[in-house]
Amino acid sequence: MKKEKIAISIKDLFISYRDIKKFSIRKTLFSREKTTLYTAIRGVSFDIKKGEIVGICGKNGSGKSTLLRAIAGIFSADKGTINLNNNSVSLLSIGVGFQKKLTGYDNIFLSGMLLGFSKEQIDAKLNDIIEFSELGDFIYKPVSSYSSGMYSKLAFSITAILETDIMLIDEVLSVGDVAFKEKSYNKMKELISDENRTVVIVSHSSKTLEELCDRVIWLHEGKILEDGKPEEVVSHYEEFIKNQI
Amino acid sequence: MTKFINSVKKYFNYMIYAAKAELNSEVANSYLGWLWWLLNPLFFMLIYAFVSVVVFKSGEPYFAAFVFIGLSLWDFFNRVVSASPRLVVNNKEIVSKVYLPKYILLIEKIFVSFFKMLISLLLVVFMLFLYKVDISLYVFNFIPILVVLVILTFGVSSILLHFGVFVDDLSNLVSVGLKLVFYLSGIFYLVSKRIPSPYNNMLLWCNPIAYFIESSRNAILYAKPIDYSILFVWLIIGIVLSVIGIKTINKYENSYVKVIK
Repeated sequence: MKKEKIAISIKDLFISYRDIKKFSIRKTLFSREKTTLYTAIRGVSFDIKKGEIVGICGKNGSGKSTLLRAIAGIFSADKGTINLNNNSVSLLSIGVGFQKKLTGYDNIFLSGMLLGFSKEQIDAKLNDIIEFSELGDFIYKPVSSYSSGMYSKLAFSITAILETDIMLIDEVLSVGDVAFKEKSYNKMKELISDENRTVVIVSHSSKTLEELCDRVIWLHEGKILEDGKPEEVVSHYEEFIKNQI
Repeated sequence: MTKFINSVKKYFNYMIYAAKAELNSEVANSYLGWLWWLLNPLFFMLIYAFVSVVVFKSGEPYFAAFVFIGLSLWDFFNRVVSASPRLVVNNKEIVSKVYLPKYILLIEKIFVSFFKMLISLLLVVFMLFLYKVDISLYVFNFIPILVVLVILTFGVSSILLHFGVFVDDLSNLVSVGLKLVFYLSGIFYLVSKRIPSPYNNMLLWCNPIAYFIESSRNAILYAKPIDYSILFVWLIIGIVLSVIGIKTINKYENSYVKVIK
């Protein structure tokens, strides 16, 4: 008998990038470049319980963001499985997908619908989103006219206020000016405190990881190096980074 | 295929909203606003009519309506097909942040272009009154033509959408191909009259757009029956292409993001 429900279970996950990227017809006809295979995630498996807050740390290029994107369903796994047990999931990162020529207002609805909400649900939260984003009348202007700060504020507001079962957070704490940073940090704490919400945070900040998370996973070159209590993993990780310098 | 039907249902509201927003954004900052949806095709029509009547001295009965039916259908096909290779790349902001079946982007594009086609067909209706055309029951043949046109357009575009992600210069190639089809489709002339036999019939058999346009004119303007056997063949081809397109997209869509970033 399991007492707690599993929200995310990942089994033996492999994700690789084939380094063909884009190619043009000329290149394929006239050159024989070999395609190299770069494996970002090499055999990762773990379960995350419902309501758990998991931090992921690791140096640049260790596969953290790839892992998040795979959980969000944007990347396909080359091997292994990701099971979300029918939870809705959103990737909270700097800038949800906006259509630049449309207004912020339209983009709220479009992003919301892509996250699986109905028009009515979004309508109900519309004012909260606009208020939280601090955009005022700019919400009726095309997103292309926004500053990068306004862009990220709106992006954060949408995903933060339209709450999904699983939230994936990718270095989002550096959004906007100091005041908004503080505000978004507090909002995140509030979101995280909900017992039913499962959260995965990717962060370099030891403060975030230790304060917010129940558990930290240390990814190194696509593999799990350590998985356990935040204090332990973070201190090991910091030691490792120091030795590298 | 069930996945396709389910996601069309699931994302239906999204597509409608996105199509509306796209249409609105195109005219939001102009003085005449939505009037451009009417004015744009109208001005084009005047230009083409001038060129064909005054410069080339050609003309079929009800010439303005004749050209306009051709242009309406062509514009629809052209808009969707020429946009499809770069559809995923142009939406990479969205595609890289949230999962979305990629043919949803295509269907939304089809909605937008279909709406524009309906507007210009509205002008055709207006012309029918001006010319006092005798409309026969054959006009209903136009509906199946439109259905097959949409299915075939979807089929062709879904395959181009897939390859457009990987092949960077596909859109250039497609625009050259479309130019060729444009001149071979008899938008300003009657294929069966202007092109010597037997090439005219070969063209009507091989180029679906030429066939759609000529049949639409027969149905709407000239009270003539259409050749249902050819229409049926293109329906089958359209469905086969669509199924291939949908299957390919389903299989590979999650690796698109790895390529386009």
